[in-house]
Amino acid sequence: MTDVIVIGGGPAGLAAAISARDNGASKVVIIERDTCLGGILNQCIHNGFGLHRFKEELSGPEYASRFAGNLENIEVLTDTMVLEVTTDRVVRAVSRQHGYMELSAKAIVLAMGCRERTRGAISIPGDRPAGVYTAGAAQRYLNIEGYMVGKNAVILGSGDIGLIMARRMTLEGAKVHACVELMPYSGGLTRNIVQCLEDFDIPLYLSHTITRIHGKNRVEGVTIAKVGPDRKPIAGTEFDIECDTVLLSVGLIPENELTRGAGIPIDRRTNGAFVYENMETLSEGIFACGNVVHVHDLVDYVSAESERAGAAAAKYALGEKALGRVIAVENGEGVSYTVPQYIRPENCGKTASLFFRVRNVYRNVRITVRNGEKLVASFNREHMAPGEMESIVIPVSLMGDAEKLTVSIEEVK
Amino acid sequence: MAKLICIVCPKGCHLTVDETTFEVVGNNCPRGAAYGKTELTAPTRVLTSTVKIENGEICRCPVRTKGAVPKGKLFEIMSALREVTLVSPVKIGDVVIQNVCDTGIDVIATRNV
Repeated sequence: MTDVIVIGGGPAGLAAAISARDNGASKVVIIERDTCLGGILNQCIHNGFGLHRFKEELSGPEYASRFAGNLENIEVLTDTMVLEVTTDRVVRAVSRQHGYMELSAKAIVLAMGCRERTRGAISIPGDRPAGVYTAGAAQRYLNIEGYMVGKNAVILGSGDIGLIMARRMTLEGAKVHACVELMPYSGGLTRNIVQCLEDFDIPLYLSHTITRIHGKNRVEGVTIAKVGPDRKPIAGTEFDIECDTVLLSVGLIPENELTRGAGIPIDRRTNGAFVYENMETLSEGIFACGNVVHVHDLVDYVSAESERAGAAAAKYALGEKALGRVIAVENGEGVSYTVPQYIRPENCGKTASLFFRVRNVYRNVRITVRNGEKLVASFNREHMAPGEMESIVIPVSLMGDAEKLTVSIEEVK
Repeated sequence: MAKLICIVCPKGCHLTVDETTFEVVGNNCPRGAAYGKTELTAPTRVLTSTVKIENGEICRCPVRTKGAVPKGKLFEIMSALREVTLVSPVKIGDVVIQNVCDTGIDVIATRNV
């Protein structure tokens, strides 16, 4: 029987599989639906990957190759689609080469990543012409297939992929007329606002949205309007921009069909499975990591999280179960979610790491962790934004006999 | 005083740079200080793009400048890259253009194709 099956061969799956092998799992299998490993990194040709991990600025494919080149004793099934995962850890899959397969494993790591929200998800009114793409689809056409998707573009949403595509399209000779963001702040990293928009004088319209897409066969233009604090368009503020392409960078959704199919509980805040400190889901022996759990900003963090998941899966496969009492972690004022949602202090070592996002842009505040009213730990921050994932490390010794910990943003006293 | 956002790493420190002495405040690391100065004197960027490749499993090979190049030369380098056609096999790190546009920097492949 296989020790660990990893579903997904992107950055999360690669790191989890390598870590499972390095932590003693003797038979590890990666199942990937694409024909090659690396996942989304293959189309992310821009640099900036690996700054934390390798202290180098690598492009996506280079970052992926550092992992894909270290797969000794790991079996890789590419071009293979997983149809079903069960809580007794059976994986059903199909491939052109092997046909239908049923594989059993002692532990499973879910690393399916996420996909983009589409026009349907945000219901933009107007015609249905060609030329409306998600930013990631356009990125694939341009960087892997070698097709330019348009000459005059407007980008809706200021997520990182949208910003990166604004620069990429500009360098390839297109005119990017505007980046339009519904919220009063950007959804992407500040550095990308600077190096992708400001470098090329692309205007960023905050608190604006596209209210209509025009064109019969091909996009001919968009209507943009200012939005109020309720995020609804304000009548009278509309203006038109002529363009042939609209790119959507309006968020990512963890791809959890398999997780749901197995009946593993999903957290509505993250759209990923609830997880414990070692990335185990609420179904014993099934672990999850990377963007399938919560959407990350940096692949370096995905790798680190996935290594923890892989190590825990190996441990479980070797017969060591994670047990002990459970502390629930809740999000308080200003915090939209936390990962993990549950901590088993006996299984943590000396510290537990928590990852979360904030709801607003904050300056000079503190992150507090409270057990009821009692302050367990506090961390000052000069600057926080929803586009930037936060992390804190809490010493287990401070948790005492807490049953619940609440993470909040508070003013500095 | 110039206000900048550091782009060296994802932290995005808010820098204040003195325009005459190039003294930097607000950086959390030495690289931020260096960035503040270059950004005001001779801004540079790492350029990434793709070039044509024949006989590979994909038809574009991703490339990047091995180091930072002057910001003003980005479009000139893009034109130079349009003239290149590689033939598979290409390995990560293979030089695609030496000393591109007299910047002293090589363009290298970033994927094995």
